[in-house]
Amino acid sequence: MSSVTTKTREPEASFSATSLAKLRHKPWYKSDAFRRLVMCVLLGVLFTIMTGEQAGDDVFYSLNDSLTNWPWLGTWVAVAVGIWALITFHSYLLGNPALSPVHKVIKDATAEVKKVTPVLGRREVKWPLIIALVVVLALLPTWVSGFWNQVMVNEIAVYVLLAIGLNVVVGWAGLLDLGFIAFFAIGAYSAAYWTGKLPVSPPVELTPFLVIPVAVLTCLVAGVLLGAPTLRLRGDYLAIVTLGFHEIIYLLATNADEFTNGPAGVQGVPHPTLDLGFWSYEWTTTDLEQYWWMIMVIAGILIFLFLRLEHSKVGRAWTAIREDEVAAAANGVNTVKYKLMAFAIGASTSGIAGVVMASKVQFVSPASFELMFSVLVLAYVIFGGMGSIWGVMLGTAFLAWLPQILKDYVDEQDRHMYLGAILVIMMIFRPQGLIPSRRRKRELNLAKEGLGDADAMTEPVGGRVS
Amino acid sequence: MSNNTVIKQRSAESDTATPVIAVRGVTLRFGGLVCLSDVELTLNRGEILAVIGPNGAGKTSLFNSLTGVYVPQEGSITLNSANGSTHALLGQKTHVVNKLGLARTFQNIRLFGALTALENVKIAAETRQRTGPVSIMLGLPNARRAERASDRRAHNLMEFVGLGDKINELASSLSYGDQRRLEIARALATDPQVLLLDEPAAGTNPTEKLELAELIRHINAELGISVLLIEHDMRLVMSVAHRVTVLNFGKVIASGTTAEVQRDPAVVEAYLGAEMAAEMLDAQAQEEE
Repeated sequence: MSSVTTKTREPEASFSATSLAKLRHKPWYKSDAFRRLVMCVLLGVLFTIMTGEQAGDDVFYSLNDSLTNWPWLGTWVAVAVGIWALITFHSYLLGNPALSPVHKVIKDATAEVKKVTPVLGRREVKWPLIIALVVVLALLPTWVSGFWNQVMVNEIAVYVLLAIGLNVVVGWAGLLDLGFIAFFAIGAYSAAYWTGKLPVSPPVELTPFLVIPVAVLTCLVAGVLLGAPTLRLRGDYLAIVTLGFHEIIYLLATNADEFTNGPAGVQGVPHPTLDLGFWSYEWTTTDLEQYWWMIMVIAGILIFLFLRLEHSKVGRAWTAIREDEVAAAANGVNTVKYKLMAFAIGASTSGIAGVVMASKVQFVSPASFELMFSVLVLAYVIFGGMGSIWGVMLGTAFLAWLPQILKDYVDEQDRHMYLGAILVIMMIFRPQGLIPSRRRKRELNLAKEGLGDADAMTEPVGGRVS
Repeated sequence: MSNNTVIKQRSAESDTATPVIAVRGVTLRFGGLVCLSDVELTLNRGEILAVIGPNGAGKTSLFNSLTGVYVPQEGSITLNSANGSTHALLGQKTHVVNKLGLARTFQNIRLFGALTALENVKIAAETRQRTGPVSIMLGLPNARRAERASDRRAHNLMEFVGLGDKINELASSLSYGDQRRLEIARALATDPQVLLLDEPAAGTNPTEKLELAELIRHINAELGISVLLIEHDMRLVMSVAHRVTVLNFGKVIASGTTAEVQRDPAVVEAYLGAEMAAEMLDAQAQEEE
């Protein structure tokens, strides 16, 4: 009796080496490398369709046309497979292990802290570099054509200002703000109001430069008014609230005809003038260089101030809130106050950009403040590397420049598709952005290993802090 | 009910010193779940009080109620400051409670992992400074002074807890025991009157436990900070705590000196179950005979 039972049990109870190996074995079609290959080929096909012929409204015709264009399809798929090969086999080529255990990530991050000051951080390297950069930036408008001057001022410089401001909110304080352009609008309409161009007349008329402090104040107040009741929300909830705020401002600008002149907008916002007594200057539409230099000076001042803030108790408190709000509050950090501060500082930067924009183009209308622009600035900031001013500026400059340069090479309508594709690829392969901030990079590494939060998107463990 | 009266008598007996924290009749509910029920607890100035109890007894909920993370539905929590003022802590915001002088550590370590150890402590030290963003942006002398002061304070505290050589390490790269110490340093940086330690010895080795006991005694004796300690390691509790309060199912079942609590039948029952407790008490009785 007993022998029978043992015989029947044995094959079930014990695992031979081969059966264990079988359990461990992964079929080839489930391996990561194969899945990546499939994705890359699919991406190749997608790009073929994207870049293929367009035949008006007939989607099927253009699909058929692009997908049977064999040399073109072949090129794209070959590029995709090439990228796949590079990703899959780069460890063999470069000799470093692809996967890193938890402690390796932490060690790397630690090594970074202990490392002696990097070459770029050394005084004798840093200052010449900065001076060279300033000189190049200052001379840039004299080297390029009028069209590019226009792009530099209207697209790049204004967006760089906006991105520097949004970086404080999103990058440093970790608050997802989808309504950033609302403050830009407030700044622009302040400029129109205080220069007397709106249907309602101000108590005193100011010049655009004098409007800047007023607009900063207005945006500070607006930021605090919006922030005070909503900043106890986290992540996605806050994003929706800011989205709503943007819509309120946008619809107000559109519909409050007797104040804002509605969708038609207002014209004739004066150019900035500077009168220092011994020297005075008036900006004009034709002097694009002057605008470029003005915005560079403003951006330079803001960068200087904000960098000081980042490496102070305020910056550290923001990092603490971003990483663990409960722990921050338990150690005495007034989380709402610091969030409000970030929100207000970001808002006022946006306001400055609004004043500059309004007096540059001399025209303010709701069309300049659509939601799309908020999303774009956010994309620029994330692309450049949240939390790093230099990264954010580089990312913004690159992404604002790209659609303009693509104009010459691809179909006009396709430009933003390439922009989208670059964003997608960037987020997959380099989520930390072009030049990531060191703190952010460490957070991302730790979050990947399940050791912490990379942002304020998730609910805190152990209760909500109000 | 009879238990409660016993407790009250006992705490009345030992109430020779002035209470710094008085928890009276605190009840915390989450829907139908009663987490804390009519909890009474007194922490005297300069004392180390351990709160023990089986898992799920409500110890951490008590800490969360003290620090404003949870708001109990009933009862009162008062803090008697060293300067003579009295504050009601119930319903206060977490950072306000901290400003009033209650600092805490967490059961599951909650350091700012991507910052260095020093920066972790500095953040806490800087919450006591008044410099605003404008003076920082303009680089005014008072902002520079504050920066230097917080730096010095953080360095001193790191030395105090024995992490003087790990100042620039990343918080998340420290060993478990060191992370616990860093949390204590961070809590001390806010210059508290009362330090709440939530299982500081969890996950540390025997040597680290001894060092920790030493550290807690130092904090209590040298800095004059009253300590409220949640701990499962009985050896640590018995070696550092002046008094012990025992929680079970959200209720205080005993309170008194370590020796008293060890002998309390209700405590033995809570930890070992009724049957085992009866056997043990019998054995004790026989030994005594």
